[in-house]
Amino acid sequence: MTRSLMLLAAAGMLCACAQQPLRGTGDLGVVVERASGSLQLIESSTMTSLGRIEGLGDLSHASVVFSRDQRFAYVFGRDGGLTKVDLLRQRIDKRVIQGGNSIGGAISQDGSLIAVGNYEPGGVKVFDADTLEQVADIPATPMPDGSRNSRVVGVTDVPGQRFIYSLFDTGETWLLDFSDGRPPQITRFENIGNQPYDALLTPEGRYYIAGLFGEDGMAKMDLWHPERGVERILDGYGRGQQKLPVYKMPHLEGWTVAGNQTFVPAIGQHRVLVMDSENWQQTDAIDVAGQPIFVMARPDARQIWVNFAHPDNGKVQVIDSETHQIIATLEPGPAVLHMEFTARGDQLWLSVRDGGEIQVWDPYTLKLLERLPAESPSGIFFSSRAHETGL
Amino acid sequence: MTVSRHAVSRLGLALASFLLIPTALATAPDAQRQAQLEHLLVQDCGSCHGLRMTGGLGPAITRAALAGKSRDSLIATITHGRPGTAMPGWNALLDEQDIIWLVELLLEGYPKP
Repeated sequence: MTRSLMLLAAAGMLCACAQQPLRGTGDLGVVVERASGSLQLIESSTMTSLGRIEGLGDLSHASVVFSRDQRFAYVFGRDGGLTKVDLLRQRIDKRVIQGGNSIGGAISQDGSLIAVGNYEPGGVKVFDADTLEQVADIPATPMPDGSRNSRVVGVTDVPGQRFIYSLFDTGETWLLDFSDGRPPQITRFENIGNQPYDALLTPEGRYYIAGLFGEDGMAKMDLWHPERGVERILDGYGRGQQKLPVYKMPHLEGWTVAGNQTFVPAIGQHRVLVMDSENWQQTDAIDVAGQPIFVMARPDARQIWVNFAHPDNGKVQVIDSETHQIIATLEPGPAVLHMEFTARGDQLWLSVRDGGEIQVWDPYTLKLLERLPAESPSGIFFSSRAHETGL
Repeated sequence: MTVSRHAVSRLGLALASFLLIPTALATAPDAQRQAQLEHLLVQDCGSCHGLRMTGGLGPAITRAALAGKSRDSLIATITHGRPGTAMPGWNALLDEQDIIWLVELLLEGYPKP
């Protein structure tokens, strides 16, 4: 009986293989359709959508990382869902509800561990990337009144089988080291600043920089020398300026490091700040069309693309990284939520949430190349992220 | 601290009500505006409070979570934000009638079961 079932299964697999030609996954990506809890599978080579994968739960603020073989996407959903999606079979491989309310996660250097940051219950949980079985649970610092734990933000993978993240409510950064196996060694850095809201890792994985919502400045850690602790940079960048309301939290993940300059969104100001990546001193502040959300360098670092919070989220601005001039102000459509470059930068994909479409732009000619329909699209993630530390 | 903040937001509300008298006399948002407001609630409020209002960086604002909260304090929170938190004041984008309509929608429960 068992044998005949296995034969049947094997026959089924053969049929499936016969129907589906061999293909790679290096030019694939996913688009989060946040309202409908689905993903669209996209292919950059043809600028087409290959299909839709449904049943991923509440995807407000969802983010995605990829397995090192670029076959699987791990999707972190707002409802605490962690879903492993098979890009080749275009279906959910495994799914667990690991928390009540999550914000994002990361995949370890060797691809074996997935860390998820949670608002509720505040802390980080770590899972086996194959099976999605939990391997570690690290609650964050309890709030002074004991009502709950601090919320976690900016979970990022760090070279050496480590993860790093910050605690929004208690102003800390924690470093988890899995290099000696499990449980991880935990190093806590306290008093990094008021309300860290997100963080970025420089492309080589050396500096972790957390943005602060509660004060003007950022907290930087040198991961070659964690013993030196956290250093404040861009201290008091908005001094003397009236803060504008922030209708949406900016994001720091992404390649905002362009050569010897780092571009970051200011909080409560319609400006992009520029730092020298050697000494981390501010060198400029560029006036832009709204509160910046994503500030992303084209992979050749020659341009910086910026989108904005409501009510300026119909615009995208392109900044010359050398002169800091605004080269173009584009109006792709209502509510541009996210932008993603292909790994070598020949295409820029962006999601136009209220226009119900994804657009592909040529970031050299600034021409619109393609439009694809999508249901309230938000994040766009290409599988090339699999080989980028900190994304 | 809490008391003084509360007092400030009360004062702010009183001031806003005073300044917005012409708007306050206006009628409730029309159907088109209601659709815009509902869209804003789901998409923009939802980016912190969750598309299903179950919370995120901001607290849950479901019917159950708001039970026992006063209508006025909710109106004050949306109008002026909550200092010390990520909640901005929305009075630059929404008028008083818009805010009242949103508060009533939330108190009735959104999304509707």
